[in-house]
Amino acid sequence: MFRKLTLTAATALALTTGQAIAAEVETHIEDFAFSFEGPFGSYDQMQLQRGLQVYTEICSACHGMELIPFRTLHDEGGPALPEDQVRAYAEGFEIFDPTLFDGEGDFRPATPADHFPASSLSNAPDLSLMAKARAGFHGPYGTGISQFVNGMGGAEYIASLLTGYEEEPECALEGEPMDGYYNVAFAAGGFPDSCKDDHGKHKVPGSWISMAPPLYGDDVDYADGHSTELHHVAEDVSAFLMWTAEPKMMARKQAGLTGVLFLTVLSVLLYLTNKRLWAPHKKKKH
Amino acid sequence: MAGIPHDHYEPNSNGEKWLHSRLPIVGLLYDTLMIPTPKNLNWMWIWGIVLTFTLVLQIVTGIVLVMHYVPHVDMAFQSVEHIMRNVNGGHMIRYFHMNGASLFFFAVYLHIFRGLYYGSYKAPREVTWIIGMLIYVLMMGTAFMGYVLPWGQMSFHGTAVITGLFGAIPFIGESVQVWLLGTPNGAIDQPALNRFFSLHYLLPFVIAGLVAVHIWAFHTTGNNNPTGVEVRRTSKEDAAKDTLPFWPYFVIKDLFALGIIMALFMAVVGFMPNYLGHPDNYIPANPLATPSHIVPEWYFLPFYAILRAFDQEVWLVIAVNWLSFGIIDAKFFGVIAMFGAIVVMALAPWLDTSSVRSGRYRPMFKWWFWLLVVDFIVLMWVGARPAEGIYPYIALLGSTYWFAYFLVILPLLGVIEKPMTPPATIEDDFNAHYAPDDAGSTTLAKPAE
Repeated sequence: MFRKLTLTAATALALTTGQAIAAEVETHIEDFAFSFEGPFGSYDQMQLQRGLQVYTEICSACHGMELIPFRTLHDEGGPALPEDQVRAYAEGFEIFDPTLFDGEGDFRPATPADHFPASSLSNAPDLSLMAKARAGFHGPYGTGISQFVNGMGGAEYIASLLTGYEEEPECALEGEPMDGYYNVAFAAGGFPDSCKDDHGKHKVPGSWISMAPPLYGDDVDYADGHSTELHHVAEDVSAFLMWTAEPKMMARKQAGLTGVLFLTVLSVLLYLTNKRLWAPHKKKKH
Repeated sequence: MAGIPHDHYEPNSNGEKWLHSRLPIVGLLYDTLMIPTPKNLNWMWIWGIVLTFTLVLQIVTGIVLVMHYVPHVDMAFQSVEHIMRNVNGGHMIRYFHMNGASLFFFAVYLHIFRGLYYGSYKAPREVTWIIGMLIYVLMMGTAFMGYVLPWGQMSFHGTAVITGLFGAIPFIGESVQVWLLGTPNGAIDQPALNRFFSLHYLLPFVIAGLVAVHIWAFHTTGNNNPTGVEVRRTSKEDAAKDTLPFWPYFVIKDLFALGIIMALFMAVVGFMPNYLGHPDNYIPANPLATPSHIVPEWYFLPFYAILRAFDQEVWLVIAVNWLSFGIIDAKFFGVIAMFGAIVVMALAPWLDTSSVRSGRYRPMFKWWFWLLVVDFIVLMWVGARPAEGIYPYIALLGSTYWFAYFLVILPLLGVIEKPMTPPATIEDDFNAHYAPDDAGSTTLAKPAE
């Protein structure tokens, strides 16, 4: 089985032309203006807390976050919840502890040292790293420069996906009814033949996703009175998932800035040293 | 050590003499650091130091990463995330290591093209060139195996593609693939991860050893320089007119260049550490879900493009297939082409027939050389594109030029080109830009100060 897969993958993807490689699916990814974009961007602590609330009340019904320890909710540069709130929050989750009940294991309330539970549905992917796993550098010509300039990474993708549910296009109604929901930001789903032209090119963007629309707007009540329109809720939870994927981003940017400044000063000093060192040998021509 | 005549280390105190007569290590270090270096070296001669520094950076960060990494198919991905989240400074160390690979290849490509332009590969520096090519091949192997270790989607399916290449070898291919992966059915599993981990740790030290030999070789022949004219060895005084000691002149110059490169590198690591990576490698490996595009890291793309360029519709492939009674099929042909692209480059010293070394004095060569640079970039771009539409034709054209440059253009140019006359000495070249060095041998800093 694996061997066959190996050979098929090798043959199909490395050595043949014109087949096996999926046609590029056009998707609509909106350029959200997140606070953490660019070299000086940082997480908005209140937004991360709102995003955590959206995750807890809606996403966590199906999706897990196995890589995230509860204690990190207390971290600076993250949602920075007070310690007692983190403890209380963790207790809201039940986890399986194999050491309990004489080694047979039992469920108990989670503590800050535990991780978020795994996904409860087998086809619901874990969200820990979603914002980095879907960054998808596309254009122009596969160079990803548009993402570099516009800062369109995985968080934009998630927010676009959550707001990308639309009425099925008319061409889809002609053939067999499709499983799932039409989403203009989703590339990897099913697609009806009736929406392809003669060359197999897609006539409408996106594809059909199995996840039902999770957000409609007004899905949560924010304590800070922030708008609960669909657009805003999607943005908040996407920002939160960016943090779960890259929790050390603020420390990293700080280190980067310090490093660049330090090395620039060092380079200037070395430039002057070098100039003076070579001066007797590199006299100007008269 | 033979080479350019210069002052050697003389032990002064009794203690120095005692050590020197038993182990001349101070002398070795002195002669290495004080080696006479052509004083007209330009800024393309800084990449050696950048590469040495990067090798050390990769080994040091790598050793720390290994303290936390778990080479197990069920735990490798989580252990990398553990480094990213829980290890003190782990996210920086890992991003340094990850982007350090890109810096390594960025520098090595500029280093190689520098050698190709100024004819650094030509006699008497063939051995330096060959060792360099060996280092480059080992770098590619090391980088590939390192990419497998996080056990993400691209790690897994990239392994399938690359080991599949060896499976394309006629008769013994399947056995080779089994031997590489370590599983009887050719599955990519724990044995593959373990041996890639082992080799990924070993090969950098082999590279370090080869780097020492690389340096030894060009310290014996002396550095090449932009004129391609050799340093005069008639006497110590003549040699001194063409050269300056490596310390402090070139050490400080190279450190300045390294400072700028590191500032740029720091910006990449600090502000866009995942820009050169593939998002799919943040998805744990899943044998049952193949990513829609399997794309190697950017530094492999030119050779990946050559691999894919020769499909079964190319007449040459059809002809070879027919002549070899079907033993060499399109798949195997692509593999030969990919490795052949590096072999022809390694053979450049014997393919280049020109009597003039540096491209600076070769009016026709210049154009073909820059076309090769453009070709390399085009191949890199097309290697990332899906093999459909016009892209395979571009890849085929680019691959053809790559081989034509080494196998046809380099040998022919030496015969038909009329080169300009290089300056008689390095001193002449230097004095064409700067006023004559009346300071003579008085230098600003005393050697070894």
